[in-house]
Amino acid sequence: MTTDLGFWVLQTLNALQLSMLLFLLSVGLTVIFGLMHFVNLAHGSLYAFGAYVAATLAETLGYWGGFVLAPLAVAALGAVLYFTLIRSQRRAGPMAQVLVTFGLIFVAVDATRLIWGDLPIGIAVPALLDGQIALLGVEYPVYRLFIIALGLAVLAVLTLILTRTQIGAMIRAGVDNDQMAACLGINVERMFFLVFVVGCALAGLAGAVAAPVLSVTPDMGLQILIPTLIVIVIGGLGSLKGAVAGALIFGFVQTFGAVLLPTLSSVLIYALLAAVLVTRPEGLLPAKG
Amino acid sequence: MKSTFKAALAGLVTSTAMLSAAYAEDIKVGMLLPYSGVYAALGQDIDDAFALGLETYGADSGVTFEIVREDDEVKPPVGLAKTKKLILQDEVDVMVGVVSSGVLGAIRDTVDGAGVPLIVANAGNDEATGEQCSPFITRVSFSNSQVNRPMGKWMVDQGVKKVFTIAPDYAAGRQMIDAFTTAFTAAGGEVVGQEWPAFQKTQDFGPYLANAKASGADAVYVFFAGGEAISFVKQYDSFGLQAEMPLYGSGFLTSALYVEAEGPAAEGVITALHYVPTLDNPENAAFVEAFKAKTGRIPSEYAVQGYDSARALVEAVKAGATDRETLAAALPKVAFTGPRGELRIDPATNNIVQPIHVYETVAGPEGLTQKVLATLPAEADPANGCEMPVATN
Repeated sequence: MTTDLGFWVLQTLNALQLSMLLFLLSVGLTVIFGLMHFVNLAHGSLYAFGAYVAATLAETLGYWGGFVLAPLAVAALGAVLYFTLIRSQRRAGPMAQVLVTFGLIFVAVDATRLIWGDLPIGIAVPALLDGQIALLGVEYPVYRLFIIALGLAVLAVLTLILTRTQIGAMIRAGVDNDQMAACLGINVERMFFLVFVVGCALAGLAGAVAAPVLSVTPDMGLQILIPTLIVIVIGGLGSLKGAVAGALIFGFVQTFGAVLLPTLSSVLIYALLAAVLVTRPEGLLPAKG
Repeated sequence: MKSTFKAALAGLVTSTAMLSAAYAEDIKVGMLLPYSGVYAALGQDIDDAFALGLETYGADSGVTFEIVREDDEVKPPVGLAKTKKLILQDEVDVMVGVVSSGVLGAIRDTVDGAGVPLIVANAGNDEATGEQCSPFITRVSFSNSQVNRPMGKWMVDQGVKKVFTIAPDYAAGRQMIDAFTTAFTAAGGEVVGQEWPAFQKTQDFGPYLANAKASGADAVYVFFAGGEAISFVKQYDSFGLQAEMPLYGSGFLTSALYVEAEGPAAEGVITALHYVPTLDNPENAAFVEAFKAKTGRIPSEYAVQGYDSARALVEAVKAGATDRETLAAALPKVAFTGPRGELRIDPATNNIVQPIHVYETVAGPEGLTQKVLATLPAEADPANGCEMPVATN
């Protein structure tokens, strides 16, 4: 089994697919944290909300309607959250933030139950991406390749924005030292809002992309939260590179752990997390030097 | 003081009852179900069908049933607290419900100690009617082993010789798969590989599917339920495995409750369960029609368990039971033909004995439906360490 090349290709693609899904989720969370020093534990709930919106819209507008509109809907929800809760909690310290956003998780879970019911929802893979494709000697689902490609595309766009544009420079300055950035005339508050909303949109996008592969359930946001937090802690808070590295490490350890060391698979990633925290408490690729 | 007052009251009630012969007896039913949490939809199906069962069978019993509902939130400590409330404060005559095996495990000793009869309407852990059996606990739903065991021989008879199994790593997953593999290997089949993904922590089954594919098995046999079942069935299909390795499993995998969410991916999946809504018998036709009229939904296996719980209770009452003690004695003796077929309770374990239906999920005119391929004869579970003590109140 393990000498078969096809097996390794298949599992590598599985690992990449999981990594990219986690990347979409963690990049928003990590940049929000890096820039605003705000711990948004409800990030997973935004992902669940995105999946539900996508599943609902898929019935009337088809998959692509949900794919486009779900991130926008989640961004709008993010904007509402920002003005009602996040902004006032900005200076309240991490404990208050954790409690408020942790409470939001439960509100979100029950709200989804009230609106969409308890039964899991499933949506079909769009016809365009249905079926399998032969790749390096294995048959692989096209939709999973699409997730990998989408993750890479988002990564490329974000890298471009952060390193090559003025707004990117401003964000990096804000992550580095927000007070100094404000002194230099950058409207840090507006930038926070922008980054928060974009982070929410990416969570919504992750939800929309995950919906056809997974089932859409009220507690999906809670299930994804721990992996997302592990990714950003391993990768290093606040950095794009850290989110990529963390997501890749999580995806590969989880996938290969599950198939090669099944008895240890659920422990492996936590052991790795502990090792990183002991040796490099800032994470592997932290934003600040 | 209180007891003398009660005795006086009881005397008064008796004499009043003697004066008016048609005076209705009251049976207080404590429903312990998850009305919130991950199993809320299951709880609702059981509750709706229980009410329907009382309406259908209880009307001419001469007894009025009063239902006290409590939400166990699928949490064992909450279930235990609510059980104590039902027993001590509401003083119910009989308890019905329990979806989660964890909750059943938590309340077992309390129910047994208080001598309150409990009709289990779902929770399928083998121990409840095995080493943990109680004269007060009667199960009308199923046991984990019961729904999987018959598939072992049936699949070998169909020419499936080598299987790969996948199930979540928790007690029910292990019991379901172990019962199947024991019967499968006894009939001459071979298990070429097994995977146990972490329960409720696994959303992506891709890595396990690649292992199954590499194993050279004729077929894959799985147990999953709820959201995991939907994810699994869809992912199995997305890898194009159904053509080369047909998917078999425990019938919860393609339950009528959420098969629509699985969509075309569920077509051709063959599973076994104690009930599917397409069973062809007059009792089931009447039940499906009445349930649809009442709720607008197609009844699931959970619904039929609620319906039969009510039927069992009514049969016990009709046999003369009036209080905790007599109900506990009468419940294990009930036997009737319901939507599932001929049912009886095994006196050795107080577990239900029922036929198991093998069905294929197929596309019908109104979406996915269940085509019954075979009905395997009812078989009582082995005692599994159950030594049924005599009921003592």
